[in-house]
Amino acid sequence: MILKPRLQDLKIIGFYLGKIILGLALTMTIPIIIGLIAGEVNPALDFIIGLVVSVILGYSLTILCYTEKDMSWMQGMIVVSLSWIIAMLLAAIPMYLSWHWKSYLDACFDAMSGLATTGLVLVQNLDHISYAHNFWRHFIMFIGGQGIVIVALSFFVKGLSGAFRMYVGEGRDEKILPNVIHTARFIWMVSITYLILGTLALGFVGIWEGMKPVNAFFHGACNFMAAFDTGGFTPQSQNILYYHSLLYEIVTVSIMILGALNFRLHYQVWTGNRKEIIKNIETVTLFTTIMVTFCIVATGLTQVGIYPNALALFRKGFYQLISGHTGTGFQTLYDQQFFTDWNHLAVVGVIIAMGLGGAVCSTTGAIKMLRIGVIFTALCEDIKRIIMPEKAIVVKKFHHIKEVFLEDKLARSALMITLCYIVLYFLGAVAGSLYGYPFLQSLFESTSAAANVGLSCGVTGVNMPDGLKLVYIFQMWAGRLEFLSIFTLIGFFYAAIKGRK
Amino acid sequence: MRKKLAILILSFTLCALSFALSYAQQLSVAEIFKNVKEFDGKTVVFEGEVIGDVMRRGNFAWVNVYNFDDAIGVWMDASLANSINYTGSYKSRGDKIEVVGVFHRACPEHGGDADIHAQALRKIADGHIIQEKISFTKISLVALLLGVLALLWIFRRSNIS
Repeated sequence: MILKPRLQDLKIIGFYLGKIILGLALTMTIPIIIGLIAGEVNPALDFIIGLVVSVILGYSLTILCYTEKDMSWMQGMIVVSLSWIIAMLLAAIPMYLSWHWKSYLDACFDAMSGLATTGLVLVQNLDHISYAHNFWRHFIMFIGGQGIVIVALSFFVKGLSGAFRMYVGEGRDEKILPNVIHTARFIWMVSITYLILGTLALGFVGIWEGMKPVNAFFHGACNFMAAFDTGGFTPQSQNILYYHSLLYEIVTVSIMILGALNFRLHYQVWTGNRKEIIKNIETVTLFTTIMVTFCIVATGLTQVGIYPNALALFRKGFYQLISGHTGTGFQTLYDQQFFTDWNHLAVVGVIIAMGLGGAVCSTTGAIKMLRIGVIFTALCEDIKRIIMPEKAIVVKKFHHIKEVFLEDKLARSALMITLCYIVLYFLGAVAGSLYGYPFLQSLFESTSAAANVGLSCGVTGVNMPDGLKLVYIFQMWAGRLEFLSIFTLIGFFYAAIKGRK
Repeated sequence: MRKKLAILILSFTLCALSFALSYAQQLSVAEIFKNVKEFDGKTVVFEGEVIGDVMRRGNFAWVNVYNFDDAIGVWMDASLANSINYTGSYKSRGDKIEVVGVFHRACPEHGGDADIHAQALRKIADGHIIQEKISFTKISLVALLLGVLALLWIFRRSNIS
């Protein structure tokens, strides 16, 4: 029997939603400061408006729904799924006010793309945008990459058991440390340490390649946030092609790979257990899938013969592949070139890589390496069972931080999520086809949106139908949260309509 | 007579050849990629605003030129880049230039990048600093919203007391 949600449920959801909104409002102070330092008054006003609207909404919710009760699983999941929608609506306010987005829907699209670390863009005239707005575009990737709820957990929520529920709802099912608040803070510590190092590295490379120091470090910080959080926004419209630099490409590839690794693996390496890198099922799977998909891409590009030499082929093929596989979305190609210069085989290689993704408990989207590894191990186990005598007992283990027995439950769960992603990729592709785009292009863009990648073959643009923009927003949201909290939200609405009092 | 005819044929051939090799109409990046095979290796005339940084690399420089909501990298002699005074950003409108150069869909010299190697550059219009006009509407909206927030805070305080 399904029960109708009670007023108390709504109050708990509203109260914690209010807290998360207040956390988001706090983050808007940084672009205000940047705007004021850079002497950009109107952009600073855009963010003040966004901040005050967020504070009014968050404060009202905490007053109206005040409670001291902790959250249940269901409430935690709903808070997470709704907080991402509200964060998108609020983050889009200062963006829309800048007039660089054609409509509020376009601003919402880019806000969700940023928060979900996708990287598809509808921004107009990006090369003339203010420092404040440009920083905000990248900063929401940094916030979204760690998790909006993680922001609130780190600063606003203390000692809640409900905190773990929100943490899981945000698509992270692994704790690094026993306490989820400490886990959130560790994730921030890792990210901020890498942010400083990455900004310095990219900043110096930028200066070396002829950029002005202020721009070099600003671009460095923005590109680091986009690369480590596997987002894919860049400060200029040409994406990474703007820099015309092999060195810049090498540094960004390294950061993208770092961002695609499990935070638990980072923890192991930071605490001296470096062997974990070569033993872990996720890194082994990641290495294997990169090799396999690169072979597909390289074969395709060799068939076309577009690139003048092997180095150029490797540079273009490997960069787009790593960008797609890690879910970043940085490009050193123009959107159109995927279909004007590459053949279908190379494009299919990139689509497969995008669909697979990086590690769990990282900032990447998509199916993820642990699940692929588990499914492959389970398949091997089943084949072994068939080959071996009936009475033989086959026990399969894999290494993920520790030795883990492969149970049916684990394999089933991995298969379920994988199936959900494949369905999501194809639904978006069908939607694109219904709007008149060729199927392969639709599949490319749909996989990019749902797997939170951000590579584009040219479907995404301001003239794209509004319906398709909404489909991609949904895909980015569902793909980032990994379905559980979305299903709970759907169940909640169903219970509100059909449930018994 | 024969000599004159030969000169006439030669000049006609050269004219036709140069017409076939160059596309003098104002091009956008999207148009280039629509017919990328035709433009590959041809001399193009590309017009647009200089944006971002002029990145000097030894005796050469990369200049990114923007038109119709997209930009392309132009590889040029550093001496050509010296004439650029303003680059486009939030606070400035960049110099508007016309570049005559060879378009490469996958440049052999630059790791397969799509770019233009400039042969000549002409400045069409000087860039300038943009004076920001502060929006009165936005200031009014901030004041209004702060008023709402203050009322909310007073309401909360009065409820507590």
